[in-house]
Amino acid sequence: MIDFSSTFKIALRSLRVNKMRSILTSLGIIIGVSAVIIMLSVGEGAKQKISKDIESTGSNLLMVMSGSTTAGGVRMGGGTQPTLKLKDSEAILRDCPSVEAVAPVVSEVKQLVFSNQNWSTSVYGVTPDYMTINNWEIQDGHSITEEDDKNATKVAVLGSTVVTNLFGDLDPIGKTIRIAGRPFKVVGILKSKGQSSMGQDRDDTTWIPLSTAQKKLFGTNFPGTVKFINVQAKTTDDLSDAELEIKALLRERHNIGKNKDDDFTVRNFTQMMETIKQTMATMTLLLGSIASVSLLVGGIGIMNIMLVSVTERTKEIGIRMAIGAKAIDIRLQFLIEALLLSLAGGLAGVIIGIVIAKSVELFTGMNVVLSPISILVSFGFSGFVGIVFGFYPAYKASLLNPIDALRYE
Amino acid sequence: MSLIEIKNAVKTYITGDTSFSALDDVSLSIDSGEFVAIMGASGSGKSTFMNMLGCLDKPTSGSYFLDGIDVMSLNSDELSEIRNSKLGFVFQGFNLISRTSALENVEMPMIYKGIEPNERIRRAKEVLKIVGLENREDHFPNQMSGGQQQRVAIARSIVNDAPIILADEPTGNLDTKTSIEVMEFFVKLNEKSKKTIVLVTHENDIAEYSKRIVRFKDGKIISDEVKR
Repeated sequence: MIDFSSTFKIALRSLRVNKMRSILTSLGIIIGVSAVIIMLSVGEGAKQKISKDIESTGSNLLMVMSGSTTAGGVRMGGGTQPTLKLKDSEAILRDCPSVEAVAPVVSEVKQLVFSNQNWSTSVYGVTPDYMTINNWEIQDGHSITEEDDKNATKVAVLGSTVVTNLFGDLDPIGKTIRIAGRPFKVVGILKSKGQSSMGQDRDDTTWIPLSTAQKKLFGTNFPGTVKFINVQAKTTDDLSDAELEIKALLRERHNIGKNKDDDFTVRNFTQMMETIKQTMATMTLLLGSIASVSLLVGGIGIMNIMLVSVTERTKEIGIRMAIGAKAIDIRLQFLIEALLLSLAGGLAGVIIGIVIAKSVELFTGMNVVLSPISILVSFGFSGFVGIVFGFYPAYKASLLNPIDALRYE
Repeated sequence: MSLIEIKNAVKTYITGDTSFSALDDVSLSIDSGEFVAIMGASGSGKSTFMNMLGCLDKPTSGSYFLDGIDVMSLNSDELSEIRNSKLGFVFQGFNLISRTSALENVEMPMIYKGIEPNERIRRAKEVLKIVGLENREDHFPNQMSGGQQQRVAIARSIVNDAPIILADEPTGNLDTKTSIEVMEFFVKLNEKSKKTIVLVTHENDIAEYSKRIVRFKDGKIISDEVKR
């Protein structure tokens, strides 16, 4: 019969006797477990952040950008030539069966003034659909309406960063601001989206009706053009179809010859986000694996110390065997010692890991998500390491011949 | 049948292609309540014999019955059990577990017997009192004198109420005065507690405490005299 509580006590005592050594041995496990927890929680945080981003940017999103000019064989990149027309936007909605909605946008950076405050921000000329396609929500007031767009009224919807900078604590609804010197009435405030995964402040934005922007605010040499068109496909599966349909339609509408390059760019926003998400997951896995290597190294440290301990205590093992310890008693004693070392290290690692992960969140503002599963898994893994690396020394101890062991000095 | 019954025991060690007989056809029986001293020069086979007697080792051939149990047929775990319940060991170097209190050292055989903690502590305290160390319970071996350590070892050997005590040069590391104290203890255990005691020594005045002296030479018993 095995008396676990006594075996446990014996193991605990021999660890206490060599305090410094026990702590140093556990250190490997402590570092391993905390590293795994930190890596997994930072990775999980980033993943959730991107998922939230995808959600807040709008799902099934394509972005059609105007113009890529070519000068002497050098392509100048998206937006260099205003080739997209409002009519293109209408045609996409009408002629592409995979498209659910479109939102043509013009934008320019302008200075906003209220009272004695001023703030420069991107001013977007949008249609009412822009809000729904891009998953924006209204905090207060209302968004740009069909009426506003039709009548080219001078109204503005402000992002929260703009509100803070222009109004401070005042309620902006109903107030009149000046955009590039022209008066606009504030009708709504957008609910904050925070930073994008790319680090942009998405709340630093101001919306006015598209028609207002085109006719009354932005002077342009190309009337009727838009900067980009956000397109929402019917479903995620329709994204690639929509992309092809739009490309074909625009090439036809812009009279682009067979071997000529597109004068527009279609970006699959959702797919890009998904790719980033997958990359993040891979990174997390990679970092987690690297961290778990240190757990493994910690395990080897435990095995090393346990082997030293068995050799050091050969005589003790002999005495125990002489007075009646069976092989299993000896094996259990050393196994429990190894397990205690690794679990104590695991526990300390969990605590340190949580503390560091929380500090990372506090000091860098990174999104950190501590999942109970990652904590449990890394703690369990530390126990597993203890058993695996404790087994050989324990087994070796139990194989000792009592006479030889007694004689050992 | 006697308590200890050894017949034609041979122990041969083979190193490379040479073999060496540490025990050569030894037969000996010891009855319950005897106090036997085993004497002989080093290399005479007395240690090998004691290891065999103590069920730490099995003879190469021959038979060994301990309290009616055929030791030759036991595996190592069963030998552990027999050592735990039938035998108490007292060694020359005391062999207490270091950095472990006297009380816990004495408790140890009972742990392996599966006796529950409260009973263990009660009995350990009891036997420490018998050996006169009731106020040394919490002392570690390195905080005690040789005589005190040996008394802890004696307490440990009797705590499981084993009928046989095997003492291997128990006074080898002690001065004369302490040796006499320890030997008087063995006499008391033999006479009052009716323990069977087998003692290995090379000192004649230590052997004098026993009632029977068995002498070994070259792996054989050369004399076996019962006193008085």
